Amino acid sequence: MTYVSDVTALARKDLLLELRAKETLPSMLLFVIAALTIFHFALPHGTSHQAALGLLWAALIFTALLGLTRAFVAEREQGMFDALVLAPCDRSAIWLGKTLAVLAFLVAAEVVALPAFAAFFSGVDGRTVAAVALADVGIATVGTLFGAMAVAGRARELLLPLLFLPMAIPIVIGGVGGYLWFLVLYDAIFAVLSWAAFEYVIAEV
Amino acid sequence: MVRVRLSALAAACTGLVGLALALIFFVAPTDADQGFSQRIFYFHVPIALTSYACFGWGAWKALRYLRTRDERADLESYVAIHQGVIFGALTLLTGSIWAKASWGVWWSWSENQLVLFLVLFLFYCAYFMLRFSVEPGPARANMSAVYALFGVVLIPVSFLAIRLSQKFIHPVVFTSHGPQMTGSQFFVFCVSFAALLTLFATLYQVELAGKRLDAHVRELRELLT
Repeated sequence: MTYVSDVTALARKDLLLELRAKETLPSMLLFVIAALTIFHFALPHGTSHQAALGLLWAALIFTALLGLTRAFVAEREQGMFDALVLAPCDRSAIWLGKTLAVLAFLVAAEVVALPAFAAFFSGVDGRTVAAVALADVGIATVGTLFGAMAVAGRARELLLPLLFLPMAIPIVIGGVGGYLWFLVLYDAIFAVLSWAAFEYVIAEV
Repeated sequence: MVRVRLSALAAACTGLVGLALALIFFVAPTDADQGFSQRIFYFHVPIALTSYACFGWGAWKALRYLRTRDERADLESYVAIHQGVIFGALTLLTGSIWAKASWGVWWSWSENQLVLFLVLFLFYCAYFMLRFSVEPGPARANMSAVYALFGVVLIPVSFLAIRLSQKFIHPVVFTSHGPQMTGSQFFVFCVSFAALLTLFATLYQVELAGKRLDAHVRELRELLT
């Protein structure tokens, strides 16, 4: 049970921080609405639903990147990594707590982004919503691990997109095509891998 | 001992590459459909497979590093991935040339392997960005190792994704019924593949020896000052 309570405590800490400081989520929301507006003008008139849907995925991936870049900034700037590593908890709990917090941010951003997309372009069907939800899990798991890697580097804001975007290509393919089983497979594989690998990423920081 | 092994490897590599070139240009039958340009197959496919071998080897060494914390394994993993990126770039290049010769375009999004190599190329180029932006030490070695392991998992996942996303016009040579080649074609292909694998082994050992010498010299210099 301690593992679960560690994870909830860590996730709760991130959500509380966000609730009080309001640093990440408002910028993600503004970004995704601005991106959808730009896409409206970038697309020619009478564009098909298929093309607009592709751009929705691009907007979601870049919005997620914005949130992921911020994910470990507090830990790094306040030197909290040392404290977390010293804490008597399983290190993968740190990853899971952060992943849950990131997931909450992503879902919150999409609760706004999907209706906005439906209003600006064409409607969103259930399959797309399910695909977005599954993609969020994959983005949060891989993104949290790579986010922890990127903050250790010198060019952290620059590094994360480079590390993360190639990993996001299969998510976009699965999402645009609506291959839900593929997204489930992706989530399962990379969740296990990230969960197992996180310990090594922060052990020596 | 290292010198002898390296020289033997280099000699074997020169011989095999020479033999492979001779076989490709003089022995392999000319393709009835694509003509002379089909001979690039004997470069393109073995280079691509060698590149996979490099990434696999790099990931294996990364796993070894995470288990044993042996610094040599970290360096070996890095060098293997470095070679893999070079072979990967060559795969993109030869694939592009072949695509131009046989389909008339430099790039085709419907060619699975080419797109997969583009994804892998982007992924492994970021490996260098990661490595060069983190201070040398155990933290960097750990992160590089984890990233290298993600890479080998990404290969089949991306392959599946790309296959899902498009129609299939890439010639499929290796099917579940064995290779779809004549005997002499298959022989030339095997020699070419062996030549490129030896080339990888030689380059890998040369780069490794250079890197080790570099580290040794740096240590000596630090002792002197």
